[in-house]
Amino acid sequence: MKEAKKQGGLNAEIQSRIGHQLRAMYDDVVRQGVPDRFAELIRKLDGPEAAAAQIDETAKNDGRD
Amino acid sequence: MPLTDSLRDDILASVPSLRAFAISLSGNGDRADDLVQETLLRAIANIDSFQPGSNLPAWLFTILRNLFRSDYRKRRREVEDAEGNYAKTLKTQPSQNAHLEFEEFRTALDKLPQDQREALILVGASGFSYEDAAAICGCAVGTIKSRVNRARSKLSALLYVEGAEDFGPDETVRAVIGGNGG
Repeated sequence: MKEAKKQGGLNAEIQSRIGHQLRAMYDDVVRQGVPDRFAELIRKLDGPEAAAAQIDETAKNDGRD
Repeated sequence: MPLTDSLRDDILASVPSLRAFAISLSGNGDRADDLVQETLLRAIANIDSFQPGSNLPAWLFTILRNLFRSDYRKRRREVEDAEGNYAKTLKTQPSQNAHLEFEEFRTALDKLPQDQREALILVGASGFSYEDAAAICGCAVGTIKSRVNRARSKLSALLYVEGAEDFGPDETVRAVIGGNGG
């Protein structure tokens, strides 16, 4: 019984540690905010057609290499 | 709905978490940003199909997740040092010990099956409910719960009881982590 209790405690501690590491990794990126390239991208697109055109352009460029 | 200024602002506000999701999934900063860019283009190209008032972050995450799973990995198959590249995207370089621990975590995360990794990130880091995560992954809520549980058990085994392999077979690992076989 004592052994089982100890294992349960260890497991909870490990799980909280994993949760912490996962959020630390994630939040580090979130804190970087919005890179300029994305702010510019969204600002310059007039609407759906412009976005679709850029997707086609990217696909064409990728196909070349 | 049409691409209004306020919708642009809302999309922009989701960019930091979209990047975090992309980097967590792909393990590579440059790749992740390409993925985010393509997600934004597709979201705007299909903005007419977005239901006003529905969950915009969940909609964007769904697009990113599907892109990552479908063609992205097939298209970009360069062999790369995922951890090294990821470390470069960090704003503050962690101390040596913390850095090692971080790399171990990253390596363990990359060893999880894709289904389990994305479920764990969506629920454990992005903060989506099980219901939203299920909608994003196109599966049942119970499936998400069991994937998250399996991901957590596997990470425990990889990170904290790996040494047990030196002493005995898998049973040792299962006993120590309390065996979540689900």
